Amino acid sequence: MASQLERLDILHLPESLSVYVALYRDVQNAAFLRQQLLSGNKEFEYAFIDASMVLSRAHATAAIFRAINDYTNDRLKSHNVHSEIVFSLNPANNIADSFRKFGIADSTKDLLVVKVSVSPEITYDSVATHLETSVQGNSVSFDDETLSEISDVPRIKKVFKLGALPSPGDKTNGTQNTNAKRQLELSLLGAIALRGS
Amino acid sequence: MADEYKPPALPAPFNNTRPAPELLTQGAEAHLYKTVSLDPSIPAALKVRPSKPYRHPILDRRLTRQRIIQEARCLSKLVREGVSVPAVLALDWEGQGGDEAGWGGAWLMMEWINGPVVRVVLEQWEAWMKKNASSLDAAQLEQENSRVRDLLRRIGKTLGGLHKAGVVHGDLTTSNLMLRLPTEGTESETSPTGVSMQGEVVLIDFGLASQSAQDEDRAVDLYVLERAIGSTHPRSEPFMEELVHGYRESHRGAVSTLKRLEDVRMRGRKRSMIG
Repeated sequence: MASQLERLDILHLPESLSVYVALYRDVQNAAFLRQQLLSGNKEFEYAFIDASMVLSRAHATAAIFRAINDYTNDRLKSHNVHSEIVFSLNPANNIADSFRKFGIADSTKDLLVVKVSVSPEITYDSVATHLETSVQGNSVSFDDETLSEISDVPRIKKVFKLGALPSPGDKTNGTQNTNAKRQLELSLLGAIALRGS
Repeated sequence: MADEYKPPALPAPFNNTRPAPELLTQGAEAHLYKTVSLDPSIPAALKVRPSKPYRHPILDRRLTRQRIIQEARCLSKLVREGVSVPAVLALDWEGQGGDEAGWGGAWLMMEWINGPVVRVVLEQWEAWMKKNASSLDAAQLEQENSRVRDLLRRIGKTLGGLHKAGVVHGDLTTSNLMLRLPTEGTESETSPTGVSMQGEVVLIDFGLASQSAQDEDRAVDLYVLERAIGSTHPRSEPFMEELVHGYRESHRGAVSTLKRLEDVRMRGRKRSMIG
C-alpha cells in the first residue's frame, strides 16, 4: 500500500526545515520500532507517537512547533528534536513520563510518525521509502476525521487534567459536540505552549 | 515626506514567516501582528513584547517573561473555563541568544478573532444617531436603544464569566472588547444605522490581567469600564445599568462585587491611603 506521508506546512519555519508526518493504523511491529528507539538506532530517529493520545492535527502540530522552536533556539530538554516532539505533547515536565504516555508502546496499533529534516539528506522520498519498509501497518490520511476515530478522549483529558471539560464524543448533539471538541483542543494547545512556565 | 516607519525586526521564527506578519498596532509594551497560525489556512494574532534597551538586561528579561507568562496563563485558564477570549496557540518567553547579548523579548501567538471592536461599533452607532436620530419614529428609536441595552447586558454577562473564573482584566475599555462575527447562515439583524451589534462578546488584551477573586479588584474592573464608556460613548452611558444587570445575573459573587462598586464609585479607582 502506498504511504500517505505528508509534508506539513508550517509557514513560520525556515524553508530548510521540513516536517513529514504519517499516520498508520493496525500497526503490527510496534515492539520492533520501539526497540530501535531504545537501542538508539540512528536510522529510526523519528517521533513515534501513540496516535490514540492525539486529539487532532492542531494538537500534534502545536507539539511539533514547540519542539522545533526549542530546537532552533538550542534549548532541547531531551536528546533530539524527535524525542522533544513526544516530550512536547506532555503538559508536565517529566520526559520519561511523556514517553510512557505519548510515545510508542509494544501494544501500539495506531501510530503517528513525525520526522524533521534536520539534515539535507532527509527528504520526502528518503523518509517515505524508509517508512514503507519499516512500518508494518495501514497508512492513512493524517486528518481530524481519522484521528477522531483513534483518539482516546477520556485518557487525553485525564493526562491533561481537564476532566471538568464537557466531553465531545457523544454523537447526540452536533454543534455542542463540535464546541466541546474545540474547547478541549484549545485547552490542550494552551497547556502545551505553557509547559515549563 | 518623513521616513516611513519601520517596525523592529521580528524575532525568530517569525523572521521566516511567509508572507511576513502584518503590523496592526503598537502599544508601549508590545507590537501586535496579524499572521497565520500553525495551520496556514487559519489566521492568528501575534503579540511581540520587544526587549527594552533602557532596562538592565537581566531585569528586562525577568519582567518581560513574567508578564507574557501571566497573560498566557490567564488566557489559557479562561479558555478552560469557557470564557470567550482568544486562545493561546504558541508561546515563547525565553528570549534568544545569551543572557545579556541576546534578544530579551517574548512572543505570544493567539487565536484570531474575526469581528469589530466594541468601541468602533458604539462610535459608529452614536455618530449615526447624532446625525439621524430625529428622523426615527418613537418605535425605531426604542428599537435602537434596546439594541445597545442588549449589547451592554451581554458585555456584563461576559465580564461576570471572567470574574467567576477568577481573573480580573485590569484594563477594561471598549477597545478591549470585540464582537466575534457570527458564522455564515445566521440571519443578520436589520437596522437603519447599518451598525450590527450581533456576535459573541470576546475579551482581548490580557496584558495587565491577573488572577484574583477579590471584590475590590473586580469592582475596579467594572468601574474602569464604566468610566471608559461614560467618557467615550456618552449616548450609551445611560444604559450602563444594563451592564450591571447582566453582570448581576452571571454569578453568585456578583452582588457583593456590585456593592463594592458603589464604594469605588465614591472614591475612584485608587484606594485611600489614609487609615
